[in-house]
Amino acid sequence: MLARWAPLVNEFERVRREMDRMWEALDPRSGRPGLAGTYPLLNVMEDDERLYVEAELPGIDLNKLNVTVLSTNELSIEGERRPVEIAGTWHRQERGVGQFKRVVNLPVPVDAEKVEARYEQGVLTVVLPKSQLAKPRQIAVKAE
Amino acid sequence: MTTQATPLATRETTREIVFTPRVDILEKEDELVVLADLPGVKADDVEVKFERGELTLHAKCSPRWTGRRGLQTEYGIGDFWRTFTVSEEIDSTKISAELRNGVLTLHLPKIEQVKPRKIAVKGE
Repeated sequence: MLARWAPLVNEFERVRREMDRMWEALDPRSGRPGLAGTYPLLNVMEDDERLYVEAELPGIDLNKLNVTVLSTNELSIEGERRPVEIAGTWHRQERGVGQFKRVVNLPVPVDAEKVEARYEQGVLTVVLPKSQLAKPRQIAVKAE
Repeated sequence: MTTQATPLATRETTREIVFTPRVDILEKEDELVVLADLPGVKADDVEVKFERGELTLHAKCSPRWTGRRGLQTEYGIGDFWRTFTVSEEIDSTKISAELRNGVLTLHLPKIEQVKPRKIAVKGE
């Protein structure tokens, strides 16, 4: 009797493992559950003059990559990764394809006119000069 | 092809954090094609080894955030490392690799005699 059920149990197990694997695939680098399904993952950095928004986007078609400053504190990154066009038998397919879009709220206002974006080695870096109002200002302390 | 788990201690790494790159593996009649996402890696920093049926991929990723303060960090960077056991007979002298836009494409040509040969059937 047990033997009859075994294939079904195996099937449940297989589906469960497959689903676990899917979740992992959605969130491969950060390991943070809150970001599952978020693409691309972003790192936001700053120095005194600028904000930097960086995303790993290997193998992106630059013609389909749109970086838009929506306002002084909102940046949108959208694009598409095209499917692999090689005829053959697939042994493994882990690299995601398709369209993506992400809007990020910037922590300080930026000068939208001077925003620049670079794409090197599959990494997108958006450099956003901070608006004058947001830059730290050293206040001279006057003595008597 | 199967992925093989290897203890961290045996990995040749330059820094502590090591990431497993995502790959696509395709088999064509005369070769295996491996595509691996290696964002932020320069061509000189990729090492591909093929030894006794084992393909090892190791890529160094240089830090690029020096002098910046992190405000929102969703991913880390570090070296990429992965190994595969290849069951096909590969001509290791003819393996070629190309890195473009952070994607590594590896071509692993099969040894001649492994390629399917069409046998002509003679009639009377």
